[in-house]
Amino acid sequence: MSGMRVQAKVTNGETEVKILMNHPMETGTRKDQKTNEVVPAHFIQEVTCEYNGKVVLSSDWSGGISKNPYLSFKFKGGAAEESVKVTWKDNKGETETLEAKIKP
Amino acid sequence: MSMKRRTFLKGALIGSAVVATMPRVFATTTPGLDAKTYEDALKAVSGGAEVAESTAIAIKVPDIAENGAVVPIQIESTLPKIESIAILVEKNPVPLIANFKLAENGVGYISTRIKMGGTSNVVALVKSDGKYFSAKKEVKVTVGGCGG
Repeated sequence: MSGMRVQAKVTNGETEVKILMNHPMETGTRKDQKTNEVVPAHFIQEVTCEYNGKVVLSSDWSGGISKNPYLSFKFKGGAAEESVKVTWKDNKGETETLEAKIKP
Repeated sequence: MSMKRRTFLKGALIGSAVVATMPRVFATTTPGLDAKTYEDALKAVSGGAEVAESTAIAIKVPDIAENGAVVPIQIESTLPKIESIAILVEKNPVPLIANFKLAENGVGYISTRIKMGGTSNVVALVKSDGKYFSAKKEVKVTVGGCGG
C-alpha cells in the first residue's frame, strides 16, 4: 500500500495540490464475483494536507470515492521550493505520508 | 474534612473528564458518513440547519457516465469564507461521499472521482460563513459502480 503521488504548483498566489493515492477503496458491500463472498471494507477515511506545519485541508471520506483516489484542491499562498505534506489514513489504521516541493 | 476531600476528588474527576474529551471536540469526524439515506446524511452534515440553494456553486460532472465506478467531479464556489465542501449522491447506498474542510486560506475548489450506484443527483453542500448552501446536478449512469 504505497505509491502516493503529490504534485503542487503555485500560480498567481494560489497553490494547487494534486494527489493520487494507491488504494482499493472497498466499501464493504461489494461481492467477489468468483467466490460470491462480501469483500471486507477497506477504504481511506481521512486525508489531510499541511503547509508550513498548518493544516490547509482536512477531509473525511466514506467508501464512495473511487478506487485509487484522485484529489485536487487549492489554497491561497504557498511559495515555490517549500513543501506540502499529504497524509491519508484508512479504516484498518494503515497510513501513508508524502511531502512534495511546490513548483513555481 | 472527609467531605471536603470528597468534593475535591469530585471536582478533579470532572476536570479530568473535560480535559479528556476536549481534543475530540476539536478533531471531530464528519457525522453522516455511515448514513444510509440522503435525508439522514444531509441532516447529519448540516446539523439540521437550513440549506439554501445557491447559484454560486458550480458542479462539473459528465451528463452521462458510462462507468459509475469512476465519475469525475469538480466543484467550484465563489461563496465567501468557505469552511467546508461536502459531496453527496442522493441515491447511493451511502450518500455522503466526503466532506472537505478548508482552512482560512482555502479556495472553493475540489476535484476528485466518485462512485455512483446508478442515475442520481449529485449534490454539493457548501458551508459558507456559518451557513449552508447547496447545488445539484443529475448524472445518468449506464453501468453502476457500487455492486462491483
